[in-house]
Amino acid sequence: MKRKEIRLSGAGGQGMILAGIILAESSLFDPELYVVQTQSYGPESRGGATRAEVIVSREPIDYPKVVKADILVCLTAESLNKYGQEVAAGGVVIADDSFAGEDYSPPEGVEFYSLPIIAKARDEIGLEVTANMVALGAVDHFLPEIDSDCLEQAIEKRVPEGTEEKNLAAFRTGQQLLSARV
Amino acid sequence: MKNKAGDKIKENQARIMLLQGDEAVVEGGLVAGASFFAGYPITPASEIAEGFAEKLPALGGKFIQMEDEIASMGCVIGASLAGEKAITATSGPGFSLKQENLGLGIMVEAPCVVVNVQRVGPSTGLPTSPSQGDVMQARWGTHGDHPIIALSPSTVKETIDLTIKSFNMAEKYRIPVILLLDEIVGHMREKVRIPSAAEVEIVERKRPRPEDREEFNPYQETEDHIPPMPDYGQGFRYHSTGLFHDKTGFPRGKSEDARLLMDRLMAKIDENLDDIILLEDDLKGDEEVVVLSYGSTARSAISAVTRARQEGLKAGWVKLMTVWPFAEDYVARLADRVKEIVVPELNRGQLIGEVERAACGQAGISGIHRYDGTIIPPDEILDKIKEVS
Repeated sequence: MKRKEIRLSGAGGQGMILAGIILAESSLFDPELYVVQTQSYGPESRGGATRAEVIVSREPIDYPKVVKADILVCLTAESLNKYGQEVAAGGVVIADDSFAGEDYSPPEGVEFYSLPIIAKARDEIGLEVTANMVALGAVDHFLPEIDSDCLEQAIEKRVPEGTEEKNLAAFRTGQQLLSARV
Repeated sequence: MKNKAGDKIKENQARIMLLQGDEAVVEGGLVAGASFFAGYPITPASEIAEGFAEKLPALGGKFIQMEDEIASMGCVIGASLAGEKAITATSGPGFSLKQENLGLGIMVEAPCVVVNVQRVGPSTGLPTSPSQGDVMQARWGTHGDHPIIALSPSTVKETIDLTIKSFNMAEKYRIPVILLLDEIVGHMREKVRIPSAAEVEIVERKRPRPEDREEFNPYQETEDHIPPMPDYGQGFRYHSTGLFHDKTGFPRGKSEDARLLMDRLMAKIDENLDDIILLEDDLKGDEEVVVLSYGSTARSAISAVTRARQEGLKAGWVKLMTVWPFAEDYVARLADRVKEIVVPELNRGQLIGEVERAACGQAGISGIHRYDGTIIPPDEILDKIKEVS
């Protein structure tokens, strides 16, 4: 398997970095999967645009940063503007439907999904901060390398105590967003 | 023999975890038997202090947050003289402050580990961005001629291994060892296996025999130039000073003492270069261009060389894990048989000067330098390989 690059982006506080760590940690259950996770630091991670990057591969990973994402998640218009064109052919862009629409056109050969990520977190789970887990559920659809059960175990391990059920419910809601459409 | 933290860890099994480089320093340190940390938090090294603060007390070790980096370094030397395996961690601004006491550590031959997770300088610079700008400060930051060992990892796994090696070399050669991370390695997370202490070689300093107490000279020349070191408080008469001293540890103000001590300090490192210099290479023997790098930059270099070979170019890579002492003989031999050595660095050109000196005109040397807080992408190195091939 060639390396697969995933970039999760949004605004500080939306939990994209936690989602990146959970995604990376889910690889622990597969002894043959290599993983590297990096993230933006500093003032930008406390309010402005923020991003987490995860690379998974069956071979040792040299360059640790995303060059062209195979999966890009954007929870803000700003992040879609910033990263929307840095996507590999054959890749996917998943963006929140509150802003994603007419003025974005994905690069050639890239599939684009505008999904109600934040709305589902707010209306179905009752907690907008679980949008990161809804997004992760959508990502799961494009990550056959990682077992969904492993992602769920990683979520249980990393989210704040007492919020496990809400976060798992958000993850499953995210999974359904795509299985219903694709 | 004290190894409180290490003994507890030995009971544990090897573990597979997702760890940041900074966290790997903590885990590697504990495997090596680290029992003491004194420091002052600073981005991007704070996670190291946090980790030791959490773990050391529970293992019977000590964590102290000091008032500043000068005091931290003094504290680490004191703990080392008292028999502890001591470590501190900082970044550029704090590393500058540690320099004076780093010299004291070299002079009194106190084994300890000083971690510097490099960020862009000078001054407070770019606190959250990677740099390799402290390579020369690691070598020459403290005043006067002196030996130093500095290791630099490029992956989280290597950070564990080189932290253990740093403690081992510090104990073996009675010298402060500098572990140079950069912000990329410090903050990236990778899946790693943390070995149990039983699986790895753990070195303890040579200590004098109890029966040597009466006739003890703490700085007596030995065959390997490394005098045995008692823990303070064990009944050995023992004086430590930053002044040049004779075998008794007391200064006599004689020029002969200065020369003998300096020669011994240098000899204990110079006579063990094969043990101290760690590097990895991937060379097939027909290279025209070799990329020589260290730290996170090595990852871009390896990626670029892999692609260059796929395109039919005769390229190879060398990754230095020991930055100081510099692998002079190795580079001299390499320069004899290749056309060009490419040196990517996250600075305006520091280690490249050593490469030029060692190559002595036998190969072309080109640098790729970034000092804006961004990492060198593989494309840039690949372009350079093509340009000089």
